[in-house]
Amino acid sequence: MFDLKRYSEAELESGKFTKLWHGPQHPGITGNMSLELTLSGDDVVECKTHVGYLHRGFEKLMERRTYIQNFPVVCRIAVPEPTFNEYMYAAAVEELAGIEVPERAEWLRCLNLEMMRLASFLMWLGGACGSFGMSTVYQWTVTHRDYMLDLFEEMTGARIYHMYISPGGVRAPLPDGFSERALSVMNGIEKLLYEIERVALNNHIFKMRSQDLGIIDPEMVDPYGIVGPNARACGFKRDVRKDAPYLVYDQLDFEVITADKSDAYTRTLVRYQEMHQCISLIRQMLEQMPTKGSFHADLPNVLHWKIPAGQTYVKSECTRGEYGYFLVSDGSEYLRRVTIRGPSYTHAIAVMEKLVVGVNIADVAGLMVSLHTYPPEIER
Amino acid sequence: MGYAGLQLVNTMFMQELCERMTRQFDCDQVMHQKDDLSFLRVDRDRLESALMYLKTHEGFVHLSFVTVIDYIEDGFFRLNYMLYNYDKATNIGVQVDITRENPSMHSIHHLWAQGWTYQRELKEMYGIDFPGSPRVDEEFVLEGWDGIPPMLREFDTAKFCEDRFAKRDGRESQDIKQTMRDNLYPERGES
Repeated sequence: MFDLKRYSEAELESGKFTKLWHGPQHPGITGNMSLELTLSGDDVVECKTHVGYLHRGFEKLMERRTYIQNFPVVCRIAVPEPTFNEYMYAAAVEELAGIEVPERAEWLRCLNLEMMRLASFLMWLGGACGSFGMSTVYQWTVTHRDYMLDLFEEMTGARIYHMYISPGGVRAPLPDGFSERALSVMNGIEKLLYEIERVALNNHIFKMRSQDLGIIDPEMVDPYGIVGPNARACGFKRDVRKDAPYLVYDQLDFEVITADKSDAYTRTLVRYQEMHQCISLIRQMLEQMPTKGSFHADLPNVLHWKIPAGQTYVKSECTRGEYGYFLVSDGSEYLRRVTIRGPSYTHAIAVMEKLVVGVNIADVAGLMVSLHTYPPEIER
Repeated sequence: MGYAGLQLVNTMFMQELCERMTRQFDCDQVMHQKDDLSFLRVDRDRLESALMYLKTHEGFVHLSFVTVIDYIEDGFFRLNYMLYNYDKATNIGVQVDITRENPSMHSIHHLWAQGWTYQRELKEMYGIDFPGSPRVDEEFVLEGWDGIPPMLREFDTAKFCEDRFAKRDGRESQDIKQTMRDNLYPERGES
């Protein structure tokens, strides 16, 4: 392996190094971003993360639109997990405006979020296996994600951008027979997960390539702001759903899943267990959820909304950890400022740039996927 | 102790903490938004020591984000450093006002290893300088940008698009607000 201590800086002119762009067009990159790698032989000496390929200026756009106009905008911030944006935006507006959300809507929101988590994890698990050469698993998981999208279509009318969780509640109750169909999809996914455990997580090649790859030292967690499964894999029992319960999580039975070594393999295992946890939570909610009652608060004409001046920060646990909205109102019909806090901001930049040094070029994609990063939440 | 009991303890912790911060760092404004979230305003030159104190003595080890609010009409930026204490499950937003003219702020990259990424973004998007912050002058999201920082309130997105992009024939724009007025509540006669 390249001896980093011998060089304080990679001197490209010396001919000992190669500069390689990993992305933005690369099957092993997580979304529209790129890594500028400096290599010595096959090993990474230095890395710089480049973003900006997906910048649409959401935070700026939202300053120029009324509160209700922003409702269909926020879900577009992140394709794989639009629901978390919908919920965070709605929760922030409701808090500042003092809107009480009906209990049934809280259950429906919680169900929607857990379904989203499972769908997102399915796509991620396929990517994690694919980046280590098992692209068949990706086809399996994407198929089952599509069954989840069928459920979303039934529940919300849309497959990707649901626009389901609006300030005040949700747009619709569950359709007739939804629970039975959802349970059937859960059974199928559970069966798939055991299959994936057998062929991928117990696979010798997968283990060889992912174990000891990109180890997150527990000492790094707080200085680098590492959250979610990346932190839980090295023993930190932190989960917003438990630390500051929101919606109906305090009525559900689940434990925070942790491990004792955050390498690419253990992070995969933690997420794999969290997928089983998602299925359990969805089953619990379908059983306990109230079937009668209002699902949306009675609100005044949305064209005349003025949110009282104030500021708040609301957060939830998305698949990657703490996801939050900081919202400032100046009392006008437009919000003054919104800041979207996503875990990838630090995982894909400061953490990635540190962990990738010394890694073989063939494992860069696997490492990156194991951190589960989404460029949209960096660029907003 | 149940979650409600824990919440009460944490609320008291936050109130006492804000009193301590006010005494030690002359915080001129304290706002309790909810049980687990308060905002404090400190002087520009006391920010670093206030953050250091919160991190090392009060358990606020997690930096959630750094952001800024642009108060163009009053000529200042309000920086917001959002911290979190895992043991007490409480957030605190430490805020500092700086002038909009040649804005500059002390760097916190030595307190949190991820701090420089936020500062780099704020330099690009708002033009706020953080002397000494690593790679603060490198491009972040934008590439070859030569206009004013685009997140400033005076940056007009609609004008930017009109100047930069050609209009395509056969497309018409709608006034969204007017369309909503016309279509959203026709039966209620509200507009």
